[in-house]
Amino acid sequence: MDGSSRRMPASEPRPALEVLRAQISRLEGRVGRRRALLPFGLREIDSRLPGGGLALGALHEVAGGGRDALHAAAAAQFSAGIAARTRGKVLWIVTRQDLFAPGLMQAGLPGRRVIYVQARSDVDVLACFEEGLRHGGLGAVVAEVARLPMTASRRLQLAAEMSGTLGMAIRRWRRPAGASDFGQPTASVTRWRVSVLPSTALPVPGVGRARWRLELIRARAGEAAVFDVEACDGEGRLAQGRLVADRFAVPAVLADGPGQEAAWRARA
Amino acid sequence: MLSVDLAARRAGLRPGTPVTKARALYPDLTVLEADPQGDRDGLEALALWLQRRIAPIVATDPPDGIVLDTSGADHLHGGEAAMLAAMVARLRESGMSARVAVADTLGAAHALVRHGRARMVVVPPGEGGAAMADLPVAGLRLPDDIVEGLRALGVSRIGALAGMPRAPLALRFGPEVARRLDQAFGRVGEAIVPVRPVDPVAVSRNFAEPIGAAETIARMIGALVPPLCRMLEERGQGARCLDLLLHRVDSRAEAIRVATARPVRDAGRLARLLCEKIETIDPGFGIERMVLTAVRAEPMGARQALSLLGETEEADISGLIDVLANRVGAGALYRLAPVESDIPERSLRRVPALAPDEARDWPDHWPRPARLLPRPEPVQAMAELPDQPPVFFIWRGVRRTVRCADGPERVFGEWWKEDGELTTARDYFRVEDMGGERFWLYRAGDGEHGETGSQGWFVHGIFG
Repeated sequence: MDGSSRRMPASEPRPALEVLRAQISRLEGRVGRRRALLPFGLREIDSRLPGGGLALGALHEVAGGGRDALHAAAAAQFSAGIAARTRGKVLWIVTRQDLFAPGLMQAGLPGRRVIYVQARSDVDVLACFEEGLRHGGLGAVVAEVARLPMTASRRLQLAAEMSGTLGMAIRRWRRPAGASDFGQPTASVTRWRVSVLPSTALPVPGVGRARWRLELIRARAGEAAVFDVEACDGEGRLAQGRLVADRFAVPAVLADGPGQEAAWRARA
Repeated sequence: MLSVDLAARRAGLRPGTPVTKARALYPDLTVLEADPQGDRDGLEALALWLQRRIAPIVATDPPDGIVLDTSGADHLHGGEAAMLAAMVARLRESGMSARVAVADTLGAAHALVRHGRARMVVVPPGEGGAAMADLPVAGLRLPDDIVEGLRALGVSRIGALAGMPRAPLALRFGPEVARRLDQAFGRVGEAIVPVRPVDPVAVSRNFAEPIGAAETIARMIGALVPPLCRMLEERGQGARCLDLLLHRVDSRAEAIRVATARPVRDAGRLARLLCEKIETIDPGFGIERMVLTAVRAEPMGARQALSLLGETEEADISGLIDVLANRVGAGALYRLAPVESDIPERSLRRVPALAPDEARDWPDHWPRPARLLPRPEPVQAMAELPDQPPVFFIWRGVRRTVRCADGPERVFGEWWKEDGELTTARDYFRVEDMGGERFWLYRAGDGEHGETGSQGWFVHGIFG
């Protein structure tokens, strides 16, 4: 039901393809520049990403799935987890400030590392985004934008390539209808959709570790894939998720009932 | 008497009353000799102070006024209204009361500030004429005899005067009336001659031919900045605030102001900050003189380079901070620092982007949402009292059945901050609905005692 159980066929080296790849990268002007990567630390995801990790010095897009397209809470936490694993300060550009810094800290991004910019419009956001990417002294730049036109994303991608700074564009819309914009082509290297899944079941009443469905909708020189993972821990690392099917949902009312313990014993 | 203070005014004394008469009324009256020169000096000092703080073009308007051209500077202070409020508050701290007005033209602001009703007025662009219509003609800076003459004709309001035919007025009172009206309504320009700081760090350049193209201006900025940096270096200083005045051939001045977070004397960086602002100026028929001044300079010592013993230094991002602050305003660029408070919305405060790092972080005992709603939103919920999470809740028209929940986490009101919070409490729950969406809900109150809150449920945050 999802990509986590599928395996990519191991590709044997094809010399003709390699020559073509080299030619293309020479045309794109990336010869001699070693592309730095930020692996997720999960073999399953890293093996699907070209080079074995999320490319630093590139623009990545993230959006929330379902209702989270409006709140972008999971998308923010996912981005915070990635930004937390870079070195240096993180610039976070917003138009409405509703990020809760203690929450980001729990994704590995302490308050002292994040500088917020509250821009007045999407145009300002994109200008600050590009400025931050161009500077090169930051670990990552995260920006929350609704519209990301092709031209703007191309500029951002070039700025990120020049400096080697990681750029994360969190696509966030004010109404659900706006989310259809996510299909429009942009120059970003990868595009992710993060949807919330029911949390890991616990043997006691309570909410377990949050789980997400990560959809890699687009990856330049890679293939789309779907992963079910456990949300970022205190250092921004994802963990391997179990399949949805091998857990069962217990409503909170029942979780307190006397039959619950027996049910857990039966399951164990 | 030239001027009276508030107590004297309450006692019925007015400027113009003879001192002997006032002394006869109040034998213990304190009378100070007028010191016009001292007043002028004081006004000039105040203007210079405003020039350092608020806007580059500041002029005195004796005996009691100061004129500021704030175009292009208000965004650094968070908008016109915020700028005025901060200015008045700062002056009040120094024991001065001030009336302020912002308008399109010097004439309109002059009339509004002296004859308007409010102590603080911000006139939106293009509405200066309407705002002035009801003010007395004395607000137009006309000589007293003309004001008297107009009153004899029955014209007392600016609106009435503006509606009269010009020719008879000019015939009777000379060109002055028409000139002042045109200045107030913005039909003719009016130059503001700015005050000049004593011993300024400034460089200037005159042009044989007026310049206007953006590239030329950028090149001239590139030529002006290095000498300024050398002057700063001789003094061991770095610039915190730079003004570039561009004097146009029609004797008006355009201004660019940039501010930096830390003292800077790197020519490339300062030139870049100035060049970013070129698009905000209107060169008109050309610029014939450019003056670059370091309005605020602070001591800046030499910096030790990184030692080679393996330590890696975090990149210096103050240059980036300056560029962004000059684009979005320094107030819109911040970090969030912890505050010791259990109430979520009070647990953080904004600190400047380059403030030193805090030693502590927020406590990490309990999960916190990634997004906190600007204000808690009430929801309909059904829950067992006193301390069970809701079974379901309805938020923004969507009914969600709770699958599992954590809580309660009780947060008490901070009675040492507000009396009303003496008994209040909130019980926070982290709940997950059937679809896996996780929310931060709280009940206002402890579920048992009415005085602790309304017992209503609210959504406060959204978990990722």
